[in-house]
Amino acid sequence: MKKPVSTSSSQTKRAQILRICQRYDNLASALIEVLHDVQEAYGFISEATQREIAGALNITRAEVHGVISFYDDFRTEGAPGTVVRICRGEACQSMGAQGLLAATTNAVKDRARISVEAVYCLGNCALAPAATLNGKLHGRLKGPRLSSLIDEVTK
Amino acid sequence: MRVWIFIPGDSGAVSVGADEVAAQVVELAKASDKKIELKRTGSRGLYWLEPLVEVETPEGRVAYGPVKPEDAGSVFSAMLAGDTGHPLCLGLVEDIDFLKKQNRVMFARVGTIDPLDLHDYQAHGGLEGLKKALATKPADIVEAVADSGLRGRGGAGFPAGIKWRTVAAQEATQKYICCNADEGDSGTFADRMLMEGDPFLLLEGMTIAGLAVGAVQGLIYVRSEYPAATKTLKMAIDIMRDAGWLGEKVGGSRHAFDITVRRGAGSYVCGEESAMLESLEGKRGEVRAKPPIPAISGLFGQPTLVHNVLTLASVPIIVAKGADAYQALGTGRSRGTQAFQLAGNIKQGGLVEVAFGLTIRNLIEDFGDGTASGKPFKCAQLGGPLGAYVNEDMLDTPMDYEALAEAGAMLGHGGVVVFDDGVDMAEMARFAFEFCAIESCGKCTPCRIGSVRGRELMEKVIAGEDRQASIALIKDLCEVMEEGSMCAMGGLTPLPVKSAMKLFPQDFGIAPDETKKGGKNVVAQGT
Ligand SMILES: Cc1cc2nc3c(=O)[nH]c(=O)nc-3n(C[C@H](O)[C@H](O)[C@H](O)COP(=O)(O)O)c2cc1C
Ligand code: SF4
Ligand code: FES
Repeated sequence: MKKPVSTSSSQTKRAQILRICQRYDNLASALIEVLHDVQEAYGFISEATQREIAGALNITRAEVHGVISFYDDFRTEGAPGTVVRICRGEACQSMGAQGLLAATTNAVKDRARISVEAVYCLGNCALAPAATLNGKLHGRLKGPRLSSLIDEVTK
Repeated sequence: MRVWIFIPGDSGAVSVGADEVAAQVVELAKASDKKIELKRTGSRGLYWLEPLVEVETPEGRVAYGPVKPEDAGSVFSAMLAGDTGHPLCLGLVEDIDFLKKQNRVMFARVGTIDPLDLHDYQAHGGLEGLKKALATKPADIVEAVADSGLRGRGGAGFPAGIKWRTVAAQEATQKYICCNADEGDSGTFADRMLMEGDPFLLLEGMTIAGLAVGAVQGLIYVRSEYPAATKTLKMAIDIMRDAGWLGEKVGGSRHAFDITVRRGAGSYVCGEESAMLESLEGKRGEVRAKPPIPAISGLFGQPTLVHNVLTLASVPIIVAKGADAYQALGTGRSRGTQAFQLAGNIKQGGLVEVAFGLTIRNLIEDFGDGTASGKPFKCAQLGGPLGAYVNEDMLDTPMDYEALAEAGAMLGHGGVVVFDDGVDMAEMARFAFEFCAIESCGKCTPCRIGSVRGRELMEKVIAGEDRQASIALIKDLCEVMEEGSMCAMGGLTPLPVKSAMKLFPQDFGIAPDETKKGGKNVVAQGT
C-alpha cells in the first residue's frame, strides 16, 4: 500500500486528529463526536483525514465514509466563507420560509463564497422564520432582515 | 441597594437580540451609581415578548418586553426609577395572563433562576427528588413512576412505568439510561428550553432513573442544532459531579451514576429510539427491527431505558411530591402536565405548561390569541411533521392522548403549528412526502421509495395532471406506507397527507366526496 506523502504540516494535522480521537479514548462509538471536532477544526473531512480517523478508532474506512454520507452535518469538501441555513420546517413555512429561502438564494446567486442551504427546524419555531448565519441563530426574519444580516457579515 | 436585573440567555431570546440588550445593560450599569446585578436566565417561554427583561422589585419581578437593543437605555432608566408607565412595561411577570393561566411544574424554575447555579437550583426545590430516591428502595421508585401515570413525552405516549419495570427486571452487567434530546419535530422547542434553562432537573431525573433500574451510565443525545443546550448540559454535568451528585458515590451513597453528552448530526430519523441508539454507537442512524425492544436489548445490546427530556424531567417532581400529587393532575389516562408549544403563524407563540384537559381552541385562541398575520385561521398541525392537520371544526377537541387519537390526530411532542388562510394544503401534502424522502433512513422500501413517488404524484396533482388517477394512487400509496413501514417515519407520513386531503379537498382541486373514493385495485408503483 502506498504511504501518503508527509510534509511537516500534514504531520501536525495528523497529530491533531489523533489527539481528537484520544479525547474520546479512541472509542469507535464516539465517531460522530470525532467527526464534529475534526470538521470544526478544518472545515471539512478529507479522504486522508477519514483514513486517519479509521485507523485511530480501529474501524474500516467504509464505516467512516458510511457515517459521513448518512449525516447532513458532515462535509467532505471545503465550505464557502458564509453559510446561511434557512429553516424549512412547517412552523417557519407558515411564516413565509419558502419565499425567504427562494429570495435569499436568488439574491446571493452571483456572489461567490456564500451558500444558502435548507434545514428542518432549528427549535426556534415560535420566532419563525428562523435561520442560522455562520452558525448563529436568528429569529423573526420576515422582510429584509436576513439580507441585511448577510450584508453585515460579508461586508 | 442592589438592583437585580434578569435577561434570558436562552437561544431563542438570543436569536432576537437578548445578548445585545444584555451588553448594553452591562455598560449602563457601569455608568450608574447604583449597584446592578445582571443574571442571565432561561426563557419564560413568552417568545413574542422576547427579549423579555425583568427587574426585581419589592412586589415581585416586573417585566419589560419585547426590548430591542435601541430600547435598552430607556428601559434601563425606567427599571431603576421604578417607572411602570414605560410603553414596554408589562407589569408583574407573574400577572401576565399567558403565564398566570399555566401550571408550571416541569418548567417551574425555567426563566427564573441562573441555570448553572446549583445553590439557586436547590433553593427552589432542586435535588429533593434525588435525596428522597437515595432513601427509597429501587423497586418503590419504579412503582411510584408507574403509579403517577406518567407517559412518554417523546411522541408515542407509552406508559413510563412499564418500561422501568422491564429494564429493572433484566439481569445484566451494564444497563443504560438514554435521554432522547433530538427534538426534531417542527413546532417544538420545550426540550431545548428545559436543557438551557434548568439542566440540573434533567440530570436529576436521569440519576433517579439510574438508581431505580440499576444503571450506572447515562447518555444524552442532543441534536447538533442545539449547541447552546449541549454546552450548558456539559457544564451542568461537571458542576453536579464536583458537588458529588454524579460520579462514584452519588450524594455520598454507595450508588454510582455518571452522564455523557453526545451530539447528533442533522438527521431527523435519529429521534426514533433505535436509530438514536445506532447513532450513539457511532453508526449510521438506521432504524433497528423490533423486537427486541431497547428495554431488553438497547445500547450495545444492553437493557436501556430510553426517554424524552420531558419524561425524565418529570421524574424528580413525581418522586419529591409523590405519585398521587402528579396523578391528581390531568384527565382520563393523560396524567400530569403537558408542555404544549405554540408556534408558526400565531400572535403569542411560546410554551404553555398546563395539566391535560385543555382543548385545541383554548391553546390557539386563549393563549395564542389567533394568527400572527391577523388573517383568518385555516388549520393547525399537531405533533410535528408526522402529525395530522386539524381545521376550525375540530378545535374543541381536548388536547389529550385519547381524545386526539379518536379525532384521527396525535399529541406527539406537544407542538401546535398554526397556519392562516394563505397556506395551500396540497403544497403541505407534497412537503410531507418530500420531508419523508429527505429524512428516510432507507431501510424499508415503502418509506424510501414511497415517499419519492408520493412527492411526484403530489406534484402532478398540483400541476393539474391526471388529478383523479394521481389522488387514487396517493391513497393506495398511503396504505402501503402505513402497513409496510418499519417505523413511524414512513408509517405516519400519510397522516398529514390524508388529513390535508380530507379537510381541504378544494386545495387539491377535487370535490369533497371524491376524496372518499378508494382506488384499491390500482397497485402503487415502486413498492
Ligand atoms: C421518526 C421519529 C422521530 C422521533 N423523534 C423523537 C425525538 O426527537 N425526541 C423524542 O423524544 N422522541 C422521538 N421519537 C420517539 C422515540 O422513538 C421514542 O418513542 C421516545 O424517545 C421514547 O421516549 P418517551 O417514552 O419518553 O416518549 C421519534 C420517533 C420517530 C418514529
Ligand atoms: S419507515 Fe423509513 S425511516 Fe423508518 S425504518 Fe423504514 S425507511 Fe427507515
Ligand atoms: S420549524 Fe423552523 S425553527 Fe422550528
